[in-house]
Amino acid sequence: MITLGIDIGSLTAKGVLLKDNSILEKHLIQVGYNSKKAGDKLLAELLEKASIDRTEIARIVATGYGRNSIDFADKAVSEIICHGKGIHFLLPDTRTIIDIGGQDSKVIILNAKGTVVNFVMNDKCAAGTGRFLDVMARAMETEIQYFGELSLQSKNPAEISSVCTVFAESEIVSLVAKGENREDITSGIHLSIGRRIYSMVRRVGMVEPVAMSGGVALNIGVIDALEKLLKTEIKTSPLAQYGGALGAALLAVNE
Amino acid sequence: MAERLKATKEMKRIMRRYYAQAKYAHYMGKKVAWITSGGPVEPLIAMNIIPVYPENHGAMLGASKKGGQLSEFAEGLGYSPDVCSYVKDDIASTITKESPIKGGLPQPDMLICSNNICGTVLKWYEIQARNFNVPLFIYDTPFVHTEFTEEAKEYIKEQTKEYILFLEKVMGRKFNYKKMDKVGRYSLQSMKLWKEILDTAAHKPSPMTAFDAFFHLALIVTLRGKKIVLRYYKTLLKELQERNTKNIGAVDNEKYRLLWDNLPIWFRMRWLSDKFANHQAALVADTYTQAWCGVIDYIDENDFLGTMGEAYTRIHLNVGVDQMADTIKDFIRKFDVDGLVMHSNRSCKPYSFGQYDIQNLIKDMDIPVLMIEADMTDDRKFSESQVEARIDAFMEVIKEKKRTK
Repeated sequence: MITLGIDIGSLTAKGVLLKDNSILEKHLIQVGYNSKKAGDKLLAELLEKASIDRTEIARIVATGYGRNSIDFADKAVSEIICHGKGIHFLLPDTRTIIDIGGQDSKVIILNAKGTVVNFVMNDKCAAGTGRFLDVMARAMETEIQYFGELSLQSKNPAEISSVCTVFAESEIVSLVAKGENREDITSGIHLSIGRRIYSMVRRVGMVEPVAMSGGVALNIGVIDALEKLLKTEIKTSPLAQYGGALGAALLAVNE
Repeated sequence: MAERLKATKEMKRIMRRYYAQAKYAHYMGKKVAWITSGGPVEPLIAMNIIPVYPENHGAMLGASKKGGQLSEFAEGLGYSPDVCSYVKDDIASTITKESPIKGGLPQPDMLICSNNICGTVLKWYEIQARNFNVPLFIYDTPFVHTEFTEEAKEYIKEQTKEYILFLEKVMGRKFNYKKMDKVGRYSLQSMKLWKEILDTAAHKPSPMTAFDAFFHLALIVTLRGKKIVLRYYKTLLKELQERNTKNIGAVDNEKYRLLWDNLPIWFRMRWLSDKFANHQAALVADTYTQAWCGVIDYIDENDFLGTMGEAYTRIHLNVGVDQMADTIKDFIRKFDVDGLVMHSNRSCKPYSFGQYDIQNLIKDMDIPVLMIEADMTDDRKFSESQVEARIDAFMEVIKEKKRTK
């Protein structure tokens, strides 16, 4: 049986085709302003990539912010459950999952069987979210994929005290004006988002081992900052960005 | 969805008549007092003064989706965006006359302010006392950190005495102790009835939801001490008991039971109620409406005036978080709930401040907790897709938990 999981986030749309408990194909595109269109495009490109026909897909589950705009999905499920399922599949012994999304950050606690037992999400402010990193990378004129590596080269991280995305940006502008180097400022930015996530993890109560899901898991700077703050190893998978979509595809099997 | 409660219609009629009477009070030679929601209203009724609640008006403004607009107006006057939206709505409405009541609230002849609900009310009522140029009485309740001390007891008794002297002075006549005795009895009886009403929700399925309680609360807030409250609540109670005998739930096929903490989000009542009902979840109880019957045990029906001070001092918002957490634990057990929904209310600091501590204190109850960031009337502080994502995730966790139990 083939199932499809679609994760429409605020920035990227991810799709995973699952066949007999293994990943058949995966695909990622930018969402743009219309999540419904993004869903249609993702499906078409994914089918082509996998060389299968739409009729071969038994069931489709959608997740992420745009989940309710995917009219061809059989069911919409929130990201919490999907990331839980996805990461449990990729890294089976994980008990705490950190996911930093475009406009939401979440910390999810699983029991030994991989069932979600608790979670916490960021408050209304965008400070602890992926958007924060995006805005800061732009302020530093660095491509987001090199942002994390740049921060690792720092010897003396700069202090970013503001938790507000807008104010932190102006703080960075003044640090640049003061002549602080890029590596140190970038490291300070990663520690700043790390501290926001750290307090969320503490609020819900960390259970080891800890893993990261979502696109930000590819950012080595965030992983490094979190490992320092949480004093534990943070596991990731090369497929972490597909964690939500994979979970949705897994859920579609049992629906 | 179960039909609306039949009693609702009568309730609307009573409230309309109450506001009409308040509006024309001056024509009938009566005086109007504005009073805070937790203030001691019974002596006013005993003195034939019509009490008016700006907070009830604030709820009405919120429900009619005027909260954001009025807050914006008040911010234009210089009030900080962090000031309580009931305060901003009231101050703005006094100027703009924007209100579901034609022409806004009737002008006060005096203001009665009790700080048992928060500290903000002090400045709010001072501002309005200057604005209307009317006398203000502050009924000062000491905060009950851990215990209600003898000193606090003495102090609050003095407050009650001063309150009576204030009323005698403003009204130019002696206090009516005989009527006070009757009013006190009615008030206590209506609190007891209100408790019975809320307790019907312990039944499965629950005959009412917190959204019903938020609505029917208006009477115990505004008119307690009046006989009409007793009559109405008896009718409502009967209807709820009938539902329970017939096993009629307020939410179709109720599967999950939730507890709500903090004030309602007045402008999103229907949306939230539908949202939870779609998950077959009923908000069966809440800490807010319970506050009007949580202090029954401190009142002596034969000495209402002498004991009301302790009751008004020991209400839910004037006690430490340990006691608040204990109350929540009691509700979790009594109403057998599967999850707790906490509204982190931008406006109400004393209600929202301890919520994370309370979460820690109730960890042993092992139920999921959802935090919704919003405001009781300011719709600018509400983000629909964020709240929706959190509710869906929360309900999925509850379902998953119940399934694997």
